[in-house]
Amino acid sequence: MVKELTCINCPLGCSLTVTLEGDKVTEVKGNTCPRGEAYAKKEVTNPTRIVTSTVRVAGGTKEMINVKTEKDIPKGLIFDVAGALKGVTVSAPVAIGDIILKDVCGTGVNIIAAGNVPLR
Amino acid sequence: MENYDLVIIGGGPAGLAAAISAKDNGIDNILIIERDKELGGILNQCIHNGFGLHTFKEELTGPEYASRYIDMALERKIPYKLNTMVMDISEDKTVTAMNHEDGMFEIKAKAIILAMGCRERSRGALNIPGYRPAGIYSAGTAQRLVNMEGYMPGKEVVILGSGDIGLIMARRMTLEGAKVKVVAELMPYSGGLKRNIVQCLNDFDIPLKLSHTVVDIEGKERVKAVTIAQVGPDRKPIPGTEERYTCDTLLLSCGLIPENELSRGAGVKMSPVTSGPIVNESLETNIEGVFACGNVLHVHDLVDYVSQEAATAGKNAAAYIKGERSNSGEKEIPITCEGGVRYTVPSSLRPALMDEKLTVRFRVGDVYKGKALCLYYNDKLILKKKRPVMAPGEMEQLDLKKEDLLNTPDLSKVTIRIEEA
Repeated sequence: MVKELTCINCPLGCSLTVTLEGDKVTEVKGNTCPRGEAYAKKEVTNPTRIVTSTVRVAGGTKEMINVKTEKDIPKGLIFDVAGALKGVTVSAPVAIGDIILKDVCGTGVNIIAAGNVPLR
Repeated sequence: MENYDLVIIGGGPAGLAAAISAKDNGIDNILIIERDKELGGILNQCIHNGFGLHTFKEELTGPEYASRYIDMALERKIPYKLNTMVMDISEDKTVTAMNHEDGMFEIKAKAIILAMGCRERSRGALNIPGYRPAGIYSAGTAQRLVNMEGYMPGKEVVILGSGDIGLIMARRMTLEGAKVKVVAELMPYSGGLKRNIVQCLNDFDIPLKLSHTVVDIEGKERVKAVTIAQVGPDRKPIPGTEERYTCDTLLLSCGLIPENELSRGAGVKMSPVTSGPIVNESLETNIEGVFACGNVLHVHDLVDYVSQEAATAGKNAAAYIKGERSNSGEKEIPITCEGGVRYTVPSSLRPALMDEKLTVRFRVGDVYKGKALCLYYNDKLILKKKRPVMAPGEMEQLDLKKEDLLNTPDLSKVTIRIEEA
């Protein structure tokens, strides 16, 4: 089976052609860097995404802190991860890299702060 | 009146990178003027990832990318004023600004870098028929409300325009529980990056309707429904193709326009194509010592390229301040664009004043498949670069080598054009 994909790793957006035999990727064409090949293999077998969102901050200079999954998580869990962040409030100060939520939705991946909010 | 060597208007990615570069090139007496309450500019509301792949070899969120540059500026102790609005720049480089603490004040600069960024095309500029109820936002306004202020603008959303901010907001609103019903795009191709079509629309089964536009907005107090219709090659709606979507929110992502009121006031000459200043190889405008970089110059897709461009502007401003640039009436060689290339930045160059390499950035006017970008010095072909796909939504660039330019006898023009591969 042959699948056509657009690589999402960088804004080049290379058009990829992936050849599969059963669940095994036998060939990736069209990528201009190694990331493209890795993306193609993952995308047709176990697609994953980084999820970014925001949670509320108490006592900070801003209302919201932006957060992200520390690593990519299975694409099918995007809504579960977004849901797990509903109602979460953290206390200022928060700095880039601080853990907001451990092991989100049993993925083994932490939600970390991706911005800074100092104390008010 | 206070005197500065370099005043930078805007503390976003362009202003920060320009300031850092000027400082590293020996200029200490710098002031960044920022109208918002923090440095970082629009990056602060761009919470999605994908920034910095070129610069840092990592995928960062907007605030993470901004904080790296803010940290670099703070380490260098570069002075800045927040909550400060520049009211006027005069041709002799006097900057008039105001804020709560200082009131109205004037400062004199030896050099100025314009780094004010851009703004979104508004409904008024789009001539959309229908009522004027609440619930119509530019995509960037919705982004600020959701990501920084913690408000959801609506529950059922239609988006007009497939610019990157619109695509990003389609995903963002979906993750926050809204139903994004459709993205309509007037042109037969998307205005945004392909990767954003994949990860923001396809991932969530949000339909993208190309060659469609909004023909009616219903609702007196609040948006109740939006009607879209297909358009023909003349971009006029085709009767009978109307589809009505009930919704409470319409987001507009229909292009960005460089914000140049201050530049115009100073007498800076503008390009009608980019709506940004006309600049030479040093990113210097027609006013000596006034430079421009980032989205105020031309709208970029990638902040990494904004940072690179701004660093060039900062370095050149430093050289100007230190009197290192001979201004011996070097002839400006025009860069002409043909065969589908809409503009170039810069639009002229003086080889003697260039670095070893000059990156020329530009956009094409249509979708081109299997063509080549060709670079000519006079009528001599210098470079032919095959490009499988080129689109208006994705900026192109070519590097010009100083050595080649200097070695071209009687160089009178540089041409970039699209040809058969």
